[in-house]
Amino acid sequence: MNALDAALAHLGSLDELAARGTPMARIDARTKVVVTVAYVAVVASFGRHELTRLAPLALFPAAVAALGDVPLRPLLLRLAIASPFALGVAALEPLLDRAPAALVGGVAIPAGWIAFASILARYALSLGAALLLVATTGFDQVATALRRLGAPRALVVQLLFTWRYLFVLVGEAARMVRARELRAHGRPLRVGVAAQLVGVLLLRAMERAQRVHAAMVCRGFTGTFPPRGRTRLAAPDAAFAAGWLAFFAAARALDLPALLGAALFGGAR
Amino acid sequence: MSDALVSPAVGGLLWAGAAGVAAWSARRVDADGDERKVPLMGVLGAFVFAAQMVNFAIPGTGSSGHLGGGLLLAALLGPEAAFLVLASVLGVQALFFADGGLLALGANAVNLGVPSAFVAYPLVFRRILGRSRTRGRVVAASVSAAIVGLALGAALVAVETAASGISSLPLRSFLAVLVPIHLAIGAIEGFVTAAVLLVLWRARPELADPAAPRRPVGRVALGVALAALLTGGALSALASSRPDGLEWSASRVAGAEPAAPAGGVHALVARVQAATALLPGYALPGGRDGARGTSLSGVVGALLTLGVALAGGAALRAFARRGRARMPR
Amino acid sequence: MSHHLVAVDALRYVYPDGTPALDGVTFAIHHGESVALVGANGAGKSTLLLHLAGVLFPREGRVRVGDWPVTRETLPQVRRSLGIVFQDPDDQLFMPTVEEDVAFGPASLGLPPDEIEARVAAALARVGAEGLRRRPPHRLSGGEKRAVAIAAVLASSPDVLVMDEPSSNLDPAARRALIEQLRRFEHTKIVASHDLDLVLDVCERTIVLAGGRVAADGPTREVLDDAPLLARCRLERPLRLQACPRCGPGARPA
Repeated sequence: MNALDAALAHLGSLDELAARGTPMARIDARTKVVVTVAYVAVVASFGRHELTRLAPLALFPAAVAALGDVPLRPLLLRLAIASPFALGVAALEPLLDRAPAALVGGVAIPAGWIAFASILARYALSLGAALLLVATTGFDQVATALRRLGAPRALVVQLLFTWRYLFVLVGEAARMVRARELRAHGRPLRVGVAAQLVGVLLLRAMERAQRVHAAMVCRGFTGTFPPRGRTRLAAPDAAFAAGWLAFFAAARALDLPALLGAALFGGAR
Repeated sequence: MSDALVSPAVGGLLWAGAAGVAAWSARRVDADGDERKVPLMGVLGAFVFAAQMVNFAIPGTGSSGHLGGGLLLAALLGPEAAFLVLASVLGVQALFFADGGLLALGANAVNLGVPSAFVAYPLVFRRILGRSRTRGRVVAASVSAAIVGLALGAALVAVETAASGISSLPLRSFLAVLVPIHLAIGAIEGFVTAAVLLVLWRARPELADPAAPRRPVGRVALGVALAALLTGGALSALASSRPDGLEWSASRVAGAEPAAPAGGVHALVARVQAATALLPGYALPGGRDGARGTSLSGVVGALLTLGVALAGGAALRAFARRGRARMPR
Repeated sequence: MSHHLVAVDALRYVYPDGTPALDGVTFAIHHGESVALVGANGAGKSTLLLHLAGVLFPREGRVRVGDWPVTRETLPQVRRSLGIVFQDPDDQLFMPTVEEDVAFGPASLGLPPDEIEARVAAALARVGAEGLRRRPPHRLSGGEKRAVAIAAVLASSPDVLVMDEPSSNLDPAARRALIEQLRRFEHTKIVASHDLDLVLDVCERTIVLAGGRVAADGPTREVLDDAPLLARCRLERPLRLQACPRCGPGARPA
């Protein structure tokens, strides 16, 4: 199983997760998109040395994963392999920022380590929220929600079409790569051959696009798509949005962990 | 660019930029009236996605690479459609593969889409290629354009990261590392793009010129102005008087209050700072203005140099008008 | 008022790269007929079908569908009368869910929502795919995709149903289901296929295409029993007839 087969399986499984009738799936897609975007913005708004205040925000992805019945292991696995750039930059923090910033039980912790942890935390929370959005909503619903929230029509149509043909083309690519591997006798894939492969993929893609176009015009397509069904917002959507947005605001404005600590240990800080 | 490293202010600004470019591109594509573009753009989006998964070994290094696709898309569809397609691919990647994240999506669209589609393709690729389709020309055009596009994109990433203030990597070092790497990556991208185009054009010669720009001048101006703005911002950040990351941390530890503003720049920054106190991204602990000062001065400096950049852009526009290849329409 | 529903007259067509595709094809199909189009790969079957739908236009000759000659101006009317199901259902199912795809045709015609819904339900019922409504196309099996593609074309209520290799990539059960459905459709049918046994079951008339020309046009039973003709056109008799006791056990195509 090569990388393409794995990617195909991942795409399919995330999409399938969203198709089940979980409580999260019943919330309107627009609500979920707006709340997720707000969440990501709030997480990003914390400074580089704020780590403890990020903790309460982990509640959101945890709750969404729970309500959406999303298995956590594949999600965490996906996060772990996703972004070498961010993690690489994060790893430099302890080297760059060596001033001691906090004292925990008598040990001085350099600010760089806090920044490192903070970046990791932001990464996990933000990107996890993005994955959870699709795992509980389904890509085509997210695209429709974007349209109704004001995204340009051409872009949304583009998203839907890309999504539709993703599986077909990744499947074609997977088969070609696999076929080559079986005749390669261990030799790695070099640039020249890869370019040939990709070139053939492109040719086939363009021919397919012509066929799709023929099929579309034969059924009356003249350049615009008929509007899709409308769903209305309901009480659960409002409650979901109001509740979480209030929580995000509170987490941003107040130092919840400190308050909690003070409440528990009731004393000088 | 990643959600982990971007501040809401920078992320939001770039989202606004990406949204603007997307809306403008969508209008241009719609106005085109060619309904064949709709399925073509969609299928090509899926194609780029699939092509990016074909990892090849890079000779000489131990690592692997893959096609980015920005320049290829521009060559197949023209700049506006290419931007939309690239944005859609990035969107799918952000949502499904946690690639970059939602807040940084706008930045990624700008960094990867604008330099290749609106700068490298019309200014470098088309100029070098002209009407020729010979192997040598195609390679030269692709490699040059890809290098320009990717280097510009890398510079953007570095500036955005520094302006966000989450990472304490100094802008200078960041640029010094990222840009050379992307020159090399650009060369590879250029070769692969050229090879793919040649496969396509050999098999289907009638596809050789689907996207003649109608009024290249507007695009040239936009691209040049953008490039100028962003490099202007980078240069101004470099020129700022912010101390190195290490020295800054040292001064923090020593508990010293920030030294009195050393000059006009800092006073200006202090005033802008007060005005932007609402921006949550700048709420550093203790209200220190070290890194915040840098990112603000970087942005302010960029705005100041924009005026110069636009003037330069106008001059370049005149030059380009004389030099661009004669295309039909 | 013409009794012909589809009429092709001296049709000639050349591909953009210069290869001749169709070299003077003439035939007429009547209301209610079920006609098969058979021929080797490259004989011109798909190209001919594309002319019927107005996707390609002839270099010479004419095509008529119903009351209209097929020209750029009459395309909307032509496409209302004639529905074409393409060889690869993936090319045809381009909407995010099955029900949206089946609704695409009626919606493009501008029908009101309740009419659209009625058509979608009826079309899906015709092909036995009601349970697939909300599914995205990429998660359907080959047979399911084929059925949905047919439903998507039926939803526009065409008079003529044109199909390009409908049984390709179907497992035997799906293929049998398809044959039964096709026998039940009262539409005028034009079916291009390599599956000669399906042709025997579904179409009473067969046109053989070879080298861009009509090599034979007559009752299916006769045409598909003419072994020498079929061999000349790179075809064989349907498997069922090859085992036919009347032609002798183990009798092989000439």
